[in-house]
Amino acid sequence: MGEFTLPRNSKIQPGKHYPAKDAKKPRTFRIYRWSPDDDKNPRIDTYEIDLAACGPMVLDALLKIKNEIDPTLSLRRSCREGICGSCAMNIDGTNTLACICAIDSVASGDVKIYPLPHMPVVKDIIPDLTHFYAQYASIKPWIRTQSPAPGKERLQSPEDRKKLDGLYECILCACCSTSCPSYWWNGDKYLGPAILLQAYRWIVDSRDETTGERLDDLEDPFKLYRCHTIMNCTRTCPKGLNPAKAIAEIKKLMVERRSA
Amino acid sequence: MAEKQRPLSPHLQIYRKQVQMMTSITHRATGIALAVGGLLVVCGLLQLAAGEDSFNRFKGIIGSPVGMVLLFGWSWALFYHLCNGIRHLIQDAGLGYEIPQFVRSSWLSVAGSIVLTAATWAWVMMAGGAA
Repeated sequence: MGEFTLPRNSKIQPGKHYPAKDAKKPRTFRIYRWSPDDDKNPRIDTYEIDLAACGPMVLDALLKIKNEIDPTLSLRRSCREGICGSCAMNIDGTNTLACICAIDSVASGDVKIYPLPHMPVVKDIIPDLTHFYAQYASIKPWIRTQSPAPGKERLQSPEDRKKLDGLYECILCACCSTSCPSYWWNGDKYLGPAILLQAYRWIVDSRDETTGERLDDLEDPFKLYRCHTIMNCTRTCPKGLNPAKAIAEIKKLMVERRSA
Repeated sequence: MAEKQRPLSPHLQIYRKQVQMMTSITHRATGIALAVGGLLVVCGLLQLAAGEDSFNRFKGIIGSPVGMVLLFGWSWALFYHLCNGIRHLIQDAGLGYEIPQFVRSSWLSVAGSIVLTAATWAWVMMAGGAA
């Protein structure tokens, strides 16, 4: 059952304010901060920066803050072009990648930045993804075959390859899973949209020979069926994928094989 | 690494209230409200079985302003749960998963429930008032 309020150690306190000095194009960023090195609760720090001297993306602003105002701000980032998934965070109320989220796309007012929702926080806007990765491993995300290996590669028709479009592009940034209220309340047992999309990616792969086994593994009141088609996942995916649809396809396969 | 309890990042408190999430939580809330409303129907039937006097008393309670507000709320809950339930059935068939589609169908459930509730109460009023 869900805990709708934050535990005592997670309640957010007001934080520090860093005003801008004669900025041409000022914009205020309100950022979630927490450090494991003291005994304080999380807080919101407010940074004013000059967009006239800043790159266009939210990640640019975060790095500007880290470089020029407050070096203690911690965040994950790597590719800065939306392919690694490291800088996934909650910006302006929805989850996305800071590197491909334009500052101008955030409606007027302060830019509010939080870690991915309902996750244990390592530091500042860095969530602990250990459980998420363990769930990914649990679906055995690799090709599994029973037939003897052919002399060359296992072939796939262009039509069968097409079935992987919209699935193989997932970068496991966890934006979708951490936008899902079902995953918030039952994330210990429910696999969540990202992992289920990945599961479907192997279920529909014509080269994989363990489709039945994969479906057996998901036939569980929690792993799959905690999806209540809330659709937050699809709405928030920074890659424009459709995890809700992938989950619906798995549910359909479950019904079809039962009635077969 | 310091051995200490990590805080839980905020969730409901900060996530943007988008229509698809609100229709989903409302579906559940109306489902619960309807379960309670079902008990009321059973109460009414029991009172009816107990004779004219007790049924008149029941009618008095349900016809009071508070009772009318509850009846109105329950009728809306019924129609909302019905409309959104049909939407979920369509989704279970694998349809309506594009963002514009489910945003539209969310609003359709809301609009449909309001129209059906209004139509029902208009009919009730024209037929000579509730209860």
